[in-house]
Amino acid sequence: MPDLGAYAAEVLSAYAVSIALLVALIWMSYRRYIKVRAALEDVERNG
Amino acid sequence: MIALLWRDLRLAIRAGGGFGLGLAFFLIVVVLVPFGVGPETALLSRIAPGILWVASLLAALLSLDRIFALDYEDGSLALLATSPLPMEGVAMTKALAHWITTGLPLTFAAPVLGFLLSLAPEAYFYLLLSLLIGTPALSMIGTFGAALTVGLRRGGLLLSLLVLPLYVPTLIFGAEAVRRGAEGLDPTGALMLMGGITAGCFALLPFATAATLRINLR
Amino acid sequence: MSMWEYANPKKFMGWTRPVLPWTFALAGICLVVGLIWGFFFTPDDFRQGSTVKIIYLHVPSALMAINAWIMMLVASLIWVVRRHHVSALAARAAAPVGVVFTLIALFTGGIWGQPMWGTYWAWDPRLTSFLILFLFYLGYIALWEAIEDPDTAADLTSVLCMVGSVFAILSRYAVLFWNQGLHQGASLSLDKEENISDVFWFPLLVCIAGFVLLFIALVLMRTRTEIRARRMRALEARARRA
Repeated sequence: MPDLGAYAAEVLSAYAVSIALLVALIWMSYRRYIKVRAALEDVERNG
Repeated sequence: MIALLWRDLRLAIRAGGGFGLGLAFFLIVVVLVPFGVGPETALLSRIAPGILWVASLLAALLSLDRIFALDYEDGSLALLATSPLPMEGVAMTKALAHWITTGLPLTFAAPVLGFLLSLAPEAYFYLLLSLLIGTPALSMIGTFGAALTVGLRRGGLLLSLLVLPLYVPTLIFGAEAVRRGAEGLDPTGALMLMGGITAGCFALLPFATAATLRINLR
Repeated sequence: MSMWEYANPKKFMGWTRPVLPWTFALAGICLVVGLIWGFFFTPDDFRQGSTVKIIYLHVPSALMAINAWIMMLVASLIWVVRRHHVSALAARAAAPVGVVFTLIALFTGGIWGQPMWGTYWAWDPRLTSFLILFLFYLGYIALWEAIEDPDTAADLTSVLCMVGSVFAILSRYAVLFWNQGLHQGASLSLDKEENISDVFWFPLLVCIAGFVLLFIALVLMRTRTEIRARRMRALEARARRA
Protein backbone atom coordinates (compact mmCIF):
# COMPACT_ATOMS: atom_id res chain seq x y z
CA MET A 1 0.00 0.00 0.00
CA PRO A 2 1.59 3.28 -1.02
CA ASP A 3 1.69 6.21 1.36
CA LEU A 4 -1.10 8.54 0.26
CA GLY A 5 -0.28 11.28 2.71
CA ALA A 6 -2.91 13.80 3.66
CA TYR A 7 -5.16 13.01 0.74
CA ALA A 8 -5.74 9.31 1.41
CA ALA A 9 -9.48 9.75 1.93
CA GLU A 10 -9.93 11.65 -1.32
CA VAL A 11 -7.93 9.28 -3.48
CA LEU A 12 -9.42 6.14 -1.98
CA SER A 13 -12.98 7.40 -2.21
CA ALA A 14 -12.46 8.46 -5.83
CA TYR A 15 -11.26 4.96 -6.66
CA ALA A 16 -14.00 3.30 -4.63
CA VAL A 17 -16.82 5.31 -6.16
CA SER A 18 -15.57 4.91 -9.72
CA ILE A 19 -14.95 1.20 -9.45
CA ALA A 20 -18.30 0.68 -7.77
CA LEU A 21 -20.05 2.55 -10.57
CA LEU A 22 -18.22 0.58 -13.24
CA VAL A 23 -18.96 -2.73 -11.57
CA ALA A 24 -22.60 -1.80 -11.17
CA LEU A 25 -22.84 -0.90 -14.85
CA ILE A 26 -21.17 -4.11 -15.98
CA TRP A 27 -23.25 -6.18 -13.60
CA MET A 28 -26.54 -4.67 -14.70
CA SER A 29 -25.65 -4.99 -18.38
CA TYR A 30 -24.66 -8.60 -17.84
CA ARG A 31 -27.78 -9.50 -15.89
CA ARG A 32 -30.05 -8.06 -18.54
CA TYR A 33 -27.98 -9.85 -21.19
CA ILE A 34 -28.52 -13.21 -19.51
CA LYS A 35 -32.18 -12.56 -18.82
CA VAL A 36 -33.04 -11.50 -22.35
CA ARG A 37 -31.08 -14.39 -23.83
CA ALA A 38 -32.93 -16.89 -21.69
CA ALA A 39 -36.29 -15.31 -22.47
CA LEU A 40 -35.59 -15.34 -26.20
CA GLU A 41 -34.56 -18.99 -26.12
CA ASP A 42 -37.74 -19.75 -24.26
CA VAL A 43 -39.87 -17.96 -26.84
CA GLU A 44 -38.03 -19.58 -29.73
CA ARG A 45 -38.48 -23.08 -28.31
CA ASN A 46 -42.11 -22.80 -27.29
CA GLY A 47 -43.31 -19.92 -29.42
CA MET B 1 -49.48 30.49 -43.07
CA ILE B 2 -51.03 33.72 -41.91
CA ALA B 3 -54.42 32.08 -41.65
CA LEU B 4 -52.90 29.38 -39.47
CA LEU B 5 -51.23 32.00 -37.33
CA TRP B 6 -54.52 33.83 -36.79
CA ARG B 7 -56.29 30.61 -35.99
CA ASP B 8 -53.69 29.67 -33.37
CA LEU B 9 -53.75 33.13 -31.82
CA ARG B 10 -57.54 33.12 -31.61
CA LEU B 11 -57.56 29.69 -30.06
CA ALA B 12 -54.92 30.64 -27.50
CA ILE B 13 -56.80 33.73 -26.41
CA ARG B 14 -60.24 32.21 -26.41
CA ALA B 15 -59.30 29.06 -24.57
CA GLY B 16 -57.83 31.33 -21.92
CA GLY B 17 -55.05 28.81 -21.41
CA GLY B 18 -51.50 29.87 -22.17
CA PHE B 19 -52.10 33.55 -22.51
CA GLY B 20 -52.86 34.69 -18.99
CA LEU B 21 -51.51 31.62 -17.27
CA GLY B 22 -47.91 32.09 -18.36
CA LEU B 23 -47.93 35.68 -17.20
CA ALA B 24 -49.44 34.80 -13.84
CA PHE B 25 -46.85 32.08 -13.39
CA PHE B 26 -44.08 34.55 -14.22
CA LEU B 27 -45.43 36.98 -11.62
CA ILE B 28 -45.69 34.31 -8.94
CA VAL B 29 -42.16 32.99 -9.46
CA VAL B 30 -40.72 36.49 -9.26
CA VAL B 31 -42.73 37.24 -6.14
CA LEU B 32 -41.66 33.99 -4.48
CA VAL B 33 -37.95 34.61 -4.87
CA PRO B 34 -37.67 37.40 -2.27
CA PHE B 35 -39.47 35.12 0.20
CA GLY B 36 -36.78 32.57 -0.44
CA VAL B 37 -33.67 34.71 -0.33
CA GLY B 38 -34.72 37.52 1.99
CA PRO B 39 -35.76 41.11 1.35
CA GLU B 40 -32.36 42.86 1.13
CA THR B 41 -32.50 45.22 -1.82
CA ALA B 42 -28.80 44.94 -2.69
CA LEU B 43 -28.95 41.16 -2.97
CA LEU B 44 -32.17 41.22 -4.95
CA SER B 45 -30.90 43.78 -7.39
CA ARG B 46 -27.78 41.67 -7.95
CA ILE B 47 -29.68 38.49 -8.76
CA ALA B 48 -32.61 40.18 -10.54
CA PRO B 49 -31.35 39.62 -14.13
CA GLY B 50 -30.93 35.91 -13.55
CA ILE B 51 -34.27 35.53 -11.81
CA LEU B 52 -36.17 37.39 -14.48
CA TRP B 53 -34.58 35.28 -17.18
CA VAL B 54 -35.09 31.96 -15.41
CA ALA B 55 -38.67 32.85 -14.56
CA SER B 56 -39.52 33.82 -18.13
CA LEU B 57 -37.91 30.61 -19.32
CA LEU B 58 -40.07 28.54 -16.99
CA ALA B 59 -43.16 30.50 -17.95
CA ALA B 60 -42.45 29.81 -21.62
CA LEU B 61 -41.99 26.13 -20.80
CA LEU B 62 -45.40 25.96 -19.15
CA SER B 63 -47.45 26.32 -22.29
CA LEU B 64 -45.25 24.29 -24.64
CA ASP B 65 -47.18 21.03 -24.51
CA ARG B 66 -50.28 22.79 -25.81
CA ILE B 67 -48.56 23.74 -29.08
CA PHE B 68 -49.29 20.48 -30.86
CA ALA B 69 -51.24 18.37 -28.38
CA LEU B 70 -54.74 19.59 -29.24
CA ASP B 71 -54.11 19.59 -32.97
CA TYR B 72 -52.70 16.11 -32.74
CA GLU B 73 -55.67 14.75 -30.84
CA ASP B 74 -58.42 16.16 -33.03
CA GLY B 75 -56.55 15.27 -36.21
CA SER B 76 -56.02 18.77 -37.55
CA LEU B 77 -52.27 18.18 -37.46
CA ALA B 78 -52.67 15.32 -39.94
CA LEU B 79 -54.82 17.64 -42.01
CA LEU B 80 -52.12 20.28 -41.93
CA ALA B 81 -49.61 17.69 -43.10
CA THR B 82 -51.60 17.11 -46.28
CA SER B 83 -52.18 20.81 -46.92
CA PRO B 84 -50.04 22.67 -49.47
CA LEU B 85 -48.24 24.46 -46.64
CA PRO B 86 -44.94 22.63 -46.01
CA MET B 87 -44.43 21.12 -42.57
CA GLU B 88 -41.51 23.47 -41.99
CA GLY B 89 -43.89 26.38 -42.43
CA VAL B 90 -46.33 24.84 -39.96
CA ALA B 91 -43.54 24.45 -37.42
CA MET B 92 -42.39 28.02 -37.82
CA THR B 93 -45.93 29.38 -37.61
CA LYS B 94 -46.62 27.38 -34.47
CA ALA B 95 -43.44 28.74 -32.88
CA LEU B 96 -44.39 32.26 -33.89
CA ALA B 97 -47.87 31.89 -32.42
CA HIS B 98 -46.39 30.56 -29.20
CA TRP B 99 -44.00 33.48 -29.06
CA ILE B 100 -46.74 36.06 -29.60
CA THR B 101 -48.91 34.51 -26.89
CA THR B 102 -46.16 33.96 -24.29
CA GLY B 103 -42.79 35.44 -25.21
CA LEU B 104 -44.05 38.87 -26.19
CA PRO B 105 -46.26 39.45 -23.12
CA LEU B 106 -43.44 38.19 -20.90
CA THR B 107 -41.05 40.65 -22.49
CA PHE B 108 -43.29 43.58 -21.70
CA ALA B 109 -44.18 42.34 -18.22
CA ALA B 110 -40.55 41.81 -17.24
CA PRO B 111 -39.60 45.49 -16.69
CA VAL B 112 -42.59 45.91 -14.39
CA LEU B 113 -41.44 42.95 -12.34
CA GLY B 114 -37.94 44.40 -12.46
CA PHE B 115 -39.19 47.07 -10.05
CA LEU B 116 -40.18 44.41 -7.56
CA LEU B 117 -36.62 43.10 -7.57
CA SER B 118 -35.11 46.61 -7.62
CA LEU B 119 -33.26 46.00 -10.84
CA ALA B 120 -30.58 48.60 -11.62
CA PRO B 121 -32.09 51.44 -13.69
CA GLU B 122 -29.55 51.08 -16.49
CA ALA B 123 -30.57 47.46 -17.02
CA TYR B 124 -34.24 47.95 -18.01
CA PHE B 125 -33.47 48.71 -21.62
CA TYR B 126 -31.21 45.67 -21.95
CA LEU B 127 -33.71 43.45 -20.14
CA LEU B 128 -36.35 44.39 -22.66
CA LEU B 129 -33.99 44.02 -25.59
CA SER B 130 -32.50 40.70 -24.48
CA LEU B 131 -35.93 39.18 -23.86
CA LEU B 132 -37.12 40.49 -27.19
CA ILE B 133 -34.20 38.83 -28.96
CA GLY B 134 -34.09 35.70 -26.82
CA THR B 135 -37.69 34.59 -26.31
CA PRO B 136 -38.25 33.69 -30.00
CA ALA B 137 -35.42 31.18 -29.65
CA LEU B 138 -37.14 29.77 -26.54
CA SER B 139 -40.37 29.33 -28.48
CA MET B 140 -38.66 27.69 -31.46
CA ILE B 141 -36.66 25.26 -29.30
CA GLY B 142 -39.80 24.54 -27.31
CA THR B 143 -41.76 23.82 -30.48
CA PHE B 144 -39.13 21.27 -31.42
CA GLY B 145 -39.46 19.67 -27.98
CA ALA B 146 -43.25 19.66 -28.25
CA ALA B 147 -43.00 17.95 -31.64
CA LEU B 148 -40.77 15.25 -30.14
CA THR B 149 -43.23 14.42 -27.38
CA VAL B 150 -46.52 14.97 -29.20
CA GLY B 151 -47.38 11.29 -29.54
CA LEU B 152 -46.85 10.53 -25.86
CA ARG B 153 -49.61 10.41 -23.35
CA ARG B 154 -47.69 11.89 -20.46
CA GLY B 155 -45.17 13.96 -22.36
CA GLY B 156 -45.20 17.03 -20.13
CA LEU B 157 -42.45 16.05 -17.74
CA LEU B 158 -40.33 14.53 -20.47
CA LEU B 159 -40.78 17.68 -22.49
CA SER B 160 -39.18 19.81 -19.78
CA LEU B 161 -36.34 17.34 -19.39
CA LEU B 162 -35.64 17.52 -23.10
CA VAL B 163 -36.08 21.23 -23.58
CA LEU B 164 -34.40 22.74 -20.54
CA PRO B 165 -30.83 21.68 -21.43
CA LEU B 166 -31.39 23.16 -24.87
CA TYR B 167 -32.24 26.49 -23.24
CA VAL B 168 -28.84 26.82 -21.60
CA PRO B 169 -27.03 28.93 -24.21
CA THR B 170 -29.93 31.36 -24.59
CA LEU B 171 -30.24 31.74 -20.83
CA ILE B 172 -26.53 32.35 -20.36
CA PHE B 173 -26.32 35.04 -23.00
CA GLY B 174 -29.61 36.66 -21.98
CA ALA B 175 -28.84 36.94 -18.30
CA GLU B 176 -25.27 37.96 -19.08
CA ALA B 177 -26.45 40.81 -21.29
CA VAL B 178 -28.74 42.15 -18.58
CA ARG B 179 -26.06 41.78 -15.92
CA ARG B 180 -23.52 43.63 -18.00
CA GLY B 181 -26.10 46.32 -18.66
CA ALA B 182 -26.76 46.62 -14.92
CA GLU B 183 -23.07 46.95 -14.15
CA GLY B 184 -22.52 49.54 -16.84
CA LEU B 185 -20.45 47.25 -19.05
CA ASP B 186 -20.96 46.80 -22.75
CA PRO B 187 -23.57 44.05 -23.38
CA THR B 188 -23.47 44.12 -27.20
CA GLY B 189 -21.33 40.98 -27.41
CA ALA B 190 -23.80 38.89 -25.46
CA LEU B 191 -26.75 40.39 -27.30
CA MET B 192 -25.22 39.67 -30.68
CA LEU B 193 -24.35 36.10 -29.76
CA MET B 194 -27.90 35.59 -28.55
CA GLY B 195 -29.20 37.07 -31.78
CA GLY B 196 -27.05 34.54 -33.58
CA ILE B 197 -28.59 31.70 -31.60
CA THR B 198 -32.10 32.93 -32.32
CA ALA B 199 -31.36 33.27 -36.03
CA GLY B 200 -29.74 29.83 -36.09
CA CYS B 201 -32.71 28.28 -34.29
CA PHE B 202 -35.15 29.70 -36.80
CA ALA B 203 -32.97 28.65 -39.70
CA LEU B 204 -32.44 25.02 -38.65
CA LEU B 205 -35.00 23.89 -36.10
CA PRO B 206 -38.07 24.17 -38.38
CA PHE B 207 -36.54 21.38 -40.45
CA ALA B 208 -35.89 19.20 -37.40
CA THR B 209 -39.38 19.96 -36.08
CA ALA B 210 -40.99 19.12 -39.41
CA ALA B 211 -39.04 15.86 -39.57
CA THR B 212 -40.18 14.85 -36.08
CA LEU B 213 -43.78 15.74 -36.88
CA ARG B 214 -43.70 13.59 -40.00
CA ILE B 215 -42.26 10.70 -37.98
CA ASN B 216 -44.94 11.10 -35.35
CA LEU B 217 -47.74 11.21 -37.89
CA ARG B 218 -46.54 8.11 -39.72
CA MET C 1 -18.89 -7.65 -49.67
CA SER C 2 -19.19 -4.18 -48.22
CA MET C 3 -18.56 -3.20 -44.62
CA TRP C 4 -22.29 -2.62 -44.14
CA GLU C 5 -22.78 -6.38 -44.19
CA TYR C 6 -21.46 -6.42 -40.64
CA ALA C 7 -24.44 -4.35 -39.58
CA ASN C 8 -26.94 -7.02 -40.56
CA PRO C 9 -28.42 -8.15 -37.23
CA LYS C 10 -27.75 -11.81 -37.86
CA LYS C 11 -24.18 -11.16 -39.01
CA PHE C 12 -23.70 -8.82 -36.09
CA MET C 13 -24.76 -11.52 -33.62
CA GLY C 14 -22.41 -13.90 -35.39
CA TRP C 15 -19.23 -11.88 -35.34
CA THR C 16 -19.74 -10.32 -31.92
CA ARG C 17 -20.14 -13.67 -30.19
CA PRO C 18 -16.44 -14.64 -30.39
CA VAL C 19 -15.21 -11.03 -30.20
CA LEU C 20 -17.08 -10.09 -27.04
CA PRO C 21 -15.21 -12.16 -24.42
CA TRP C 22 -11.86 -11.12 -25.86
CA THR C 23 -12.77 -7.45 -25.73
CA PHE C 24 -13.87 -7.84 -22.14
CA ALA C 25 -10.69 -9.69 -21.25
CA LEU C 26 -8.48 -7.09 -22.91
CA ALA C 27 -10.38 -4.25 -21.27
CA GLY C 28 -10.05 -5.94 -17.90
CA ILE C 29 -6.32 -6.50 -18.34
CA CYS C 30 -5.73 -2.90 -19.42
CA LEU C 31 -7.79 -1.49 -16.57
CA VAL C 32 -6.22 -3.69 -13.92
CA VAL C 33 -2.68 -3.08 -15.15
CA GLY C 34 -3.21 0.64 -15.70
CA LEU C 35 -4.94 1.30 -12.39
CA ILE C 36 -2.53 -0.81 -10.33
CA TRP C 37 0.43 0.76 -12.09
CA GLY C 38 -1.00 4.20 -11.52
CA PHE C 39 -2.08 3.59 -7.95
CA PHE C 40 0.91 1.71 -6.56
CA PHE C 41 3.89 2.50 -8.75
CA THR C 42 3.77 6.16 -9.64
CA PRO C 43 5.29 8.92 -7.52
CA ASP C 44 3.24 11.73 -6.01
CA ASP C 45 3.17 15.01 -7.79
CA PHE C 46 5.23 17.62 -5.96
CA ARG C 47 2.35 20.08 -5.90
CA GLN C 48 -0.74 17.91 -5.90
CA GLY C 49 0.52 15.15 -3.63
CA SER C 50 -1.16 11.81 -3.97
CA THR C 51 -4.35 13.28 -5.48
CA VAL C 52 -2.64 13.07 -8.85
CA LYS C 53 -3.56 9.39 -8.82
CA ILE C 54 -7.16 10.36 -9.49
CA ILE C 55 -6.10 11.30 -13.01
CA TYR C 56 -6.14 7.62 -14.01
CA LEU C 57 -9.89 7.56 -13.54
CA HIS C 58 -10.82 11.15 -14.21
CA VAL C 59 -9.24 11.73 -17.61
CA PRO C 60 -10.21 8.44 -19.31
CA SER C 61 -13.81 8.59 -18.11
CA ALA C 62 -14.18 12.22 -19.16
CA LEU C 63 -12.70 11.40 -22.54
CA MET C 64 -15.03 8.45 -23.05
CA ALA C 65 -18.06 10.39 -21.81
CA ILE C 66 -17.62 12.74 -24.75
CA ASN C 67 -16.63 10.00 -27.19
CA ALA C 68 -19.71 8.00 -26.23
CA TRP C 69 -21.89 10.91 -27.25
CA ILE C 70 -19.96 11.27 -30.52
CA MET C 71 -20.42 7.56 -31.16
CA MET C 72 -24.16 7.94 -30.53
CA LEU C 73 -24.24 10.85 -32.97
CA VAL C 74 -22.48 8.81 -35.67
CA ALA C 75 -24.76 5.84 -35.05
CA SER C 76 -27.82 8.09 -35.25
CA LEU C 77 -26.61 9.54 -38.55
CA ILE C 78 -26.06 6.04 -39.94
CA TRP C 79 -29.56 5.08 -38.84
CA VAL C 80 -31.11 8.13 -40.46
CA VAL C 81 -29.19 7.76 -43.72
CA ARG C 82 -28.96 3.99 -44.18
CA ARG C 83 -31.65 2.64 -41.82
CA HIS C 84 -29.51 -0.03 -40.20
CA HIS C 85 -31.39 -1.23 -37.17
CA VAL C 86 -28.23 -2.33 -35.39
CA SER C 87 -26.93 1.20 -35.61
CA ALA C 88 -29.97 2.66 -33.84
CA LEU C 89 -29.81 -0.05 -31.18
CA ALA C 90 -26.09 0.58 -30.66
CA ALA C 91 -26.82 4.25 -30.01
CA ARG C 92 -29.41 3.22 -27.47
CA ALA C 93 -27.00 0.76 -25.89
CA ALA C 94 -24.25 3.36 -25.59
CA ALA C 95 -26.27 5.98 -23.74
CA PRO C 96 -26.29 4.41 -20.23
CA VAL C 97 -22.58 3.67 -20.54
CA GLY C 98 -22.01 7.31 -21.38
CA VAL C 99 -24.06 8.35 -18.36
CA VAL C 100 -21.94 6.26 -16.01
CA PHE C 101 -18.71 7.61 -17.49
CA THR C 102 -20.00 11.16 -17.12
CA LEU C 103 -20.91 10.45 -13.51
CA ILE C 104 -17.44 9.04 -12.81
CA ALA C 105 -15.82 12.08 -14.40
CA LEU C 106 -17.99 14.41 -12.31
CA PHE C 107 -17.44 12.48 -9.08
CA THR C 108 -13.70 12.12 -9.39
CA GLY C 109 -13.47 15.73 -10.51
CA GLY C 110 -15.35 16.87 -7.42
CA ILE C 111 -13.25 14.77 -5.10
CA TRP C 112 -10.10 16.03 -6.78
CA GLY C 113 -11.31 19.61 -6.68
CA GLN C 114 -11.79 19.66 -2.93
CA PRO C 115 -8.09 19.49 -1.91
CA MET C 116 -6.80 21.33 -4.98
CA TRP C 117 -9.22 24.20 -5.41
CA GLY C 118 -10.78 24.10 -1.95
CA THR C 119 -14.22 23.22 -3.26
CA TYR C 120 -16.08 20.17 -4.49
CA TRP C 121 -17.97 22.07 -7.06
CA ALA C 122 -17.23 25.27 -8.86
CA TRP C 123 -19.19 26.67 -11.76
CA ASP C 124 -16.20 26.20 -13.91
CA PRO C 125 -16.77 25.91 -17.69
CA ARG C 126 -15.63 22.32 -18.01
CA LEU C 127 -17.51 21.09 -14.96
CA THR C 128 -20.62 22.92 -16.05
CA SER C 129 -20.37 21.53 -19.57
CA PHE C 130 -20.20 18.04 -18.16
CA LEU C 131 -23.24 18.63 -16.03
CA ILE C 132 -25.09 19.79 -19.13
CA LEU C 133 -23.85 16.75 -21.05
CA PHE C 134 -25.23 14.60 -18.23
CA LEU C 135 -28.64 16.26 -18.63
CA PHE C 136 -28.54 15.62 -22.37
CA TYR C 137 -27.87 11.95 -21.74
CA LEU C 138 -30.79 11.77 -19.32
CA GLY C 139 -33.17 13.37 -21.82
CA TYR C 140 -32.00 11.04 -24.56
CA ILE C 141 -32.53 7.91 -22.47
CA ALA C 142 -35.88 9.15 -21.21
CA LEU C 143 -37.09 9.66 -24.78
CA TRP C 144 -36.04 6.12 -25.73
CA GLU C 145 -37.91 4.73 -22.76
CA ALA C 146 -41.04 6.75 -23.39
CA ILE C 147 -41.83 5.79 -26.98
CA GLU C 148 -43.38 2.42 -27.65
CA ASP C 149 -42.89 1.90 -31.35
CA PRO C 150 -39.20 1.00 -31.85
CA ASP C 151 -38.74 2.62 -35.25
CA THR C 152 -40.40 5.86 -34.18
CA ALA C 153 -38.26 5.87 -31.06
CA ALA C 154 -35.11 5.36 -33.12
CA ASP C 155 -36.05 8.18 -35.49
CA LEU C 156 -36.98 10.67 -32.80
CA THR C 157 -33.97 9.96 -30.62
CA SER C 158 -31.72 10.33 -33.66
CA VAL C 159 -33.15 13.77 -34.34
CA LEU C 160 -32.77 14.65 -30.67
CA CYS C 161 -29.18 13.43 -30.68
CA MET C 162 -28.30 15.61 -33.66
CA VAL C 163 -30.02 18.73 -32.39
CA GLY C 164 -28.64 18.02 -28.92
CA SER C 165 -25.10 17.80 -30.28
CA VAL C 166 -25.38 21.23 -31.82
CA PHE C 167 -26.71 22.66 -28.58
CA ALA C 168 -24.13 20.84 -26.49
CA ILE C 169 -21.37 22.50 -28.49
CA LEU C 170 -23.16 25.85 -28.23
CA SER C 171 -23.47 25.42 -24.47
CA ARG C 172 -19.80 24.58 -24.25
CA TYR C 173 -18.84 27.94 -25.73
CA ALA C 174 -21.62 29.84 -24.00
CA VAL C 175 -20.35 28.55 -20.67
CA LEU C 176 -16.84 29.64 -21.56
CA PHE C 177 -18.19 33.11 -22.25
CA TRP C 178 -20.00 33.09 -18.93
CA ASN C 179 -17.14 32.14 -16.64
CA GLN C 180 -13.44 31.64 -17.09
CA GLY C 181 -12.68 28.80 -14.77
CA LEU C 182 -10.22 27.09 -12.53
CA HIS C 183 -9.71 24.06 -14.69
CA GLN C 184 -6.36 23.61 -16.31
CA GLY C 185 -6.16 23.28 -20.07
CA ALA C 186 -5.71 19.97 -21.78
CA SER C 187 -2.64 18.26 -20.38
CA LEU C 188 -2.66 15.51 -22.99
CA SER C 189 -2.43 17.28 -26.31
CA LEU C 190 0.34 15.84 -28.40
CA ASP C 191 1.70 19.09 -29.76
CA LYS C 192 2.17 20.97 -26.52
CA GLU C 193 5.48 21.49 -24.80
CA GLU C 194 4.35 21.31 -21.21
CA ASN C 195 2.78 17.90 -21.18
CA ILE C 196 2.58 15.85 -18.05
CA SER C 197 5.70 13.83 -17.49
CA ASP C 198 6.15 10.28 -18.79
CA VAL C 199 5.85 8.75 -15.34
CA PHE C 200 2.17 9.64 -15.30
CA TRP C 201 1.71 9.46 -19.04
CA PHE C 202 2.25 5.73 -19.66
CA PRO C 203 -0.10 4.31 -17.02
CA LEU C 204 -2.61 6.93 -18.10
CA LEU C 205 -2.41 5.68 -21.67
CA VAL C 206 -3.04 2.13 -20.50
CA CYS C 207 -6.05 3.31 -18.51
CA ILE C 208 -7.43 5.19 -21.50
CA ALA C 209 -7.04 2.06 -23.62
CA GLY C 210 -8.84 0.12 -20.89
CA PHE C 211 -11.75 2.55 -20.82
CA VAL C 212 -12.03 2.52 -24.61
CA LEU C 213 -12.07 -1.27 -24.70
CA LEU C 214 -14.53 -1.44 -21.83
CA PHE C 215 -16.81 0.96 -23.66
CA ILE C 216 -16.64 -1.13 -26.83
CA ALA C 217 -17.27 -4.35 -24.95
CA LEU C 218 -20.22 -2.92 -23.04
CA VAL C 219 -21.77 -1.44 -26.16
CA LEU C 220 -21.41 -4.73 -28.03
CA MET C 221 -22.97 -6.65 -25.16
CA ARG C 222 -25.81 -4.21 -24.69
CA THR C 223 -26.46 -4.09 -28.43
CA ARG C 224 -26.73 -7.87 -28.47
CA THR C 225 -29.23 -7.59 -25.64
CA GLU C 226 -31.24 -5.00 -27.56
CA ILE C 227 -31.26 -7.12 -30.72
CA ARG C 228 -32.52 -10.11 -28.80
CA ALA C 229 -35.15 -8.05 -27.03
CA ARG C 230 -36.30 -6.71 -30.39
CA ARG C 231 -36.45 -10.18 -31.91
CA MET C 232 -38.39 -11.45 -28.93
CA ARG C 233 -40.97 -8.70 -29.31
CA ALA C 234 -41.31 -9.47 -32.99
CA LEU C 235 -41.83 -13.16 -32.27
CA GLU C 236 -44.38 -12.46 -29.59
CA ALA C 237 -46.27 -10.10 -31.87
CA ARG C 238 -46.30 -12.78 -34.58
CA ALA C 239 -47.54 -15.38 -32.08
CA ARG C 240 -50.37 -13.11 -31.01
CA ARG C 241 -51.44 -12.53 -34.58
CA ALA C 242 -51.37 -16.23 -35.48
